[in-house]
Amino acid sequence: MFSFDLLVNAVVAGILLGGFYAAVSLGISVTFGLLDVANIAHPVFIIAGAYAVYAVNTAYALDPILAGLLFTPLFYGLGVVIYRIYYVSFERAGEQSLRGLVFFFGLLFIAEVSLILAYGVDYRLIEAPYIGRSVSIGPIGISLRLGVPCVVGLLLTLALYLFLAKTFYGKAIMGVSQDSLALRLMGANPIQIKTIAFGLGMATASLAGALLIVIVPIEPSMGREYIGRVFAITVLGGMGSIGGTLAAALILGVAESLTSTFSGPSWALAVSFGILLVALAVRPAGLFGR
Amino acid sequence: MVRKGTGRMQVWAVVGVLIGALMLTVALAPVSQAASPLRIGFGMALTGGLAANGKAALLAMEIWRDEVNKNGGLLGRPVEFVYYDDQTKPASVPGIYTKLLDIDGVDFVVSGYGTNLIAPAMPIVIERNLVFMALFGLANNEKLNHPYYFQIMPAGPEPAKEFSRGFFELAAAQNPKLRTVALVGADAEYPHSALAGARENVKQAGLEVVYDRTYPPATTDYTPIVRAIKATNPDVVFVASYPPDSVGMVLAAHEVGLQPKLFGGGMVGLQFAAFQTKLGSKLNGLVNYDYWIPEPTLNFPGINEFLKKYQAQAEKQGVDPLGHYLPPWAYAMMQVLGQAIEGAKSTEQKAVGEYIRTQTFDTIVGKVKFGSNGEWEKPRVLLVQYQNIKGTDIGQFAGPGKRVVLLPEALKSGSLIYPYAEALK
Amino acid sequence: MKWLWPVLIGCSILGAGVLLTGVVENRYVYFATYVILQYIVLATAWNILGGYTGYVNFGTPAFFALGAYTATFLMLAYKAPFLVLLLAGGLISGLLGLGLGYLTLRLKGVFFSIATLALTVVLQTLIINWEFVGGAKGLSIIRPATILFFSSYSKFLFVVMLCLAIGAVAIARWIEHSWIGRGLAAIRDNEEAAECMGVPTLKLKILATTLSGCLMGMAGVPFPWHVTLIEPGSAFNLDYAVNSLAMPMIGGTTTWVGPLVGAVLLGVAQQVATVTISSELNLLIVGVVLVAFVILAPEGLVGLVRRLVKREHA
Repeated sequence: MFSFDLLVNAVVAGILLGGFYAAVSLGISVTFGLLDVANIAHPVFIIAGAYAVYAVNTAYALDPILAGLLFTPLFYGLGVVIYRIYYVSFERAGEQSLRGLVFFFGLLFIAEVSLILAYGVDYRLIEAPYIGRSVSIGPIGISLRLGVPCVVGLLLTLALYLFLAKTFYGKAIMGVSQDSLALRLMGANPIQIKTIAFGLGMATASLAGALLIVIVPIEPSMGREYIGRVFAITVLGGMGSIGGTLAAALILGVAESLTSTFSGPSWALAVSFGILLVALAVRPAGLFGR
Repeated sequence: MVRKGTGRMQVWAVVGVLIGALMLTVALAPVSQAASPLRIGFGMALTGGLAANGKAALLAMEIWRDEVNKNGGLLGRPVEFVYYDDQTKPASVPGIYTKLLDIDGVDFVVSGYGTNLIAPAMPIVIERNLVFMALFGLANNEKLNHPYYFQIMPAGPEPAKEFSRGFFELAAAQNPKLRTVALVGADAEYPHSALAGARENVKQAGLEVVYDRTYPPATTDYTPIVRAIKATNPDVVFVASYPPDSVGMVLAAHEVGLQPKLFGGGMVGLQFAAFQTKLGSKLNGLVNYDYWIPEPTLNFPGINEFLKKYQAQAEKQGVDPLGHYLPPWAYAMMQVLGQAIEGAKSTEQKAVGEYIRTQTFDTIVGKVKFGSNGEWEKPRVLLVQYQNIKGTDIGQFAGPGKRVVLLPEALKSGSLIYPYAEALK
Repeated sequence: MKWLWPVLIGCSILGAGVLLTGVVENRYVYFATYVILQYIVLATAWNILGGYTGYVNFGTPAFFALGAYTATFLMLAYKAPFLVLLLAGGLISGLLGLGLGYLTLRLKGVFFSIATLALTVVLQTLIINWEFVGGAKGLSIIRPATILFFSSYSKFLFVVMLCLAIGAVAIARWIEHSWIGRGLAAIRDNEEAAECMGVPTLKLKILATTLSGCLMGMAGVPFPWHVTLIEPGSAFNLDYAVNSLAMPMIGGTTTWVGPLVGAVLLGVAQQVATVTISSELNLLIVGVVLVAFVILAPEGLVGLVRRLVKREHA
């Protein structure tokens, strides 16, 4: 039952999903792609951001996107603190990846339990005027519940890209990921730069969480389902490339959507990760990797 | 490679293992040594995927226990629970139940929640020929035939088919004849079984299957799936889903504009207050299965008092505020066990087991009688339709009128608004 | 004869285990220690690739579940005896490990780890769609009441896992002290330099991945009978990935002792927590233990002990 209509809609739906996936993966793109810190716990912080938005939305009926933006400074601070702990404990290179992984797994569990204790295990949803409505552009239907997060996700990606490309601190972050010694020689403190970068990555979790709760109901252990996806997107896109992350997110979103529509949703995830495996085998550095 | 400390290290290895063994003996220490209380042990999903229901069930069971103790306990002995979190992990169940039985020495065991959490406990209870009240598992006893297994879910001897039997009976009864059906569900235990049963019922109803797919539970966006279903233009859409995907499917259906003549099926989670209040009028028209709803035909003695007690504590415990789905059944399960112990005047497994097999029980979910395989002798799965829901006020769901019983005939409390699109107006 | 002592120790532990099954009737002992022995095998197997060679494998669940499902398939289709199931599980998982070994040619470091994660997802999706072994719903497995001379099947599973644990630790110890271990350590420290020095890096890496995969698969074979249920969610559980990573890390990754100690300590802690504290706090404890160990004892307990020993000698 192939039809052009269905194909176009599937692609558009995939792009919308991809925009959301990009927002979710940006944090990893910065902390892992640029800083080589394997922050496995990032998804659970996205869930934490979603809960924060839920709390504010339920209490004050504040729009979730605004609430997400509101919490970014808080999450930035959290990121700074976590990076400090990480840096102080794991100064030596090489061993870092394994110990860092375990550290962040521990952090994942601690954060998950905190959410369970604070909010219980029941599902939470929010209300917003654009949930449940859709617009039509010709034969293409766009549900706002996915459209709005996609647009916000794209804007966030653009903002981050511009920050890294144009501002001083942004360029310093790109610099520290490429050559930390040269950076030091140029007078900037690499540790401070890395801390800012990590905080930035964590700050995106707040907004990504807002987008998440607009799309699906949340519960504390959901983060685990996203671990694979966010790392896959970052690696596929290429370490250190924000544009690559966006491209990879869109590719994966469209692949999932096409598989869901035409050959069976059961295989959607496998197709995404299959693409990743093939890409890694053919070009290990990812699409736009350095 | 010269290794100076190897001998030392091996000593430390032994020390490490000994410390571990010591810690294990701590676990082997039984929970309490009091001789008098009647102890009932179980594992329950307090964390993990099924925790939302598991914790609600636990609350209901504790309400039962407190009431029984206020009235003097069972056979004069106070009732005590010994329970452990099975974390929705089947692998932890054997350890939990052997600890309960062999170390804590409980008098009775009941099950956790969910087919896959009940299954690992079966061999253990069969080994010692124990009475085993089970909470919402699908056909756990089908191959094992344990005489003292009793399932409180009213699905009857053919549970997988029962979920969808009423739905397709309704579909077959419509005029003009409905021709095509789309089947969709999650890649998970219950939906998988429900869909298998649905396929059989579809054949009997004489419908043609135009879509039959499953999706991973971790799917984020359901719109592609719903669009693909819409493209096949089905008369009937049957969905078997768990809470997050139930919500996703309903939202996607509204966004894509999927309007079959009959829509619904076996969607778990639509019974939860959190979803009912957020989905509100989007639920109108859906024909879904349910076990108990606050309709006048289901006003069994004790149910309203129980719900009042439950609702008073639910918010604090972070569980479903209305408690219509699982809690009444967890409570009823304990009622059966308690009444059997009192009725048989014994805590001996065989006596209590035979009593449960042969008697009919009066519970807050009505009269309960078990059949040959431990399932309900006669199934009592309800087919309900959501109607006239306006806005998102939770109060409208607490009482009758918003979910009417269509089947079984004996409990009917309203009529079907057909087709589905009519109910949306 | 250097090998005599280890063989004697291994045999006596096995003998003690068998004697135990005749004496102790408390079933909890068998189920709880089974899990810990299983983790000893998984942690040791993981460490051969992760600790010795430096390739972090995130895909333990893939190998573990593959062993479990291979056994399930053969049991359902051919009613094969247990020994055949064990060997087949190890063989199939070993083959997967072989494939993974060739993958290391293209992917290093964290890319390798991500690839193992992707592998797990793909495999899980394949299994979910394989109706014969239960698919997404799972299959309930009937455990025979008795087998051989054991009075209950769970005792038999305990002894099987004990054999696997002894075997895994023996293999790890032998590798560590042999030229293979030295080669793997060279790869871990600097793969390019090792290649230049003439170390047959590809052959050694393939040996490590195959052996690691094979042992993990064998650890998975008895799993369906332990739980009397096989379903993708529990076979592919994240726990196996995290624990097989954390246990060697806690114990120490450079020796055969580390995974053993880590598995016993973390495994016992988890078992104890399940039946004592038993609530969300379980997960909190695991998290705190992981974070604490990784910050305070970065080289694991073995490293900590070594430092104390050095201080004494100095």
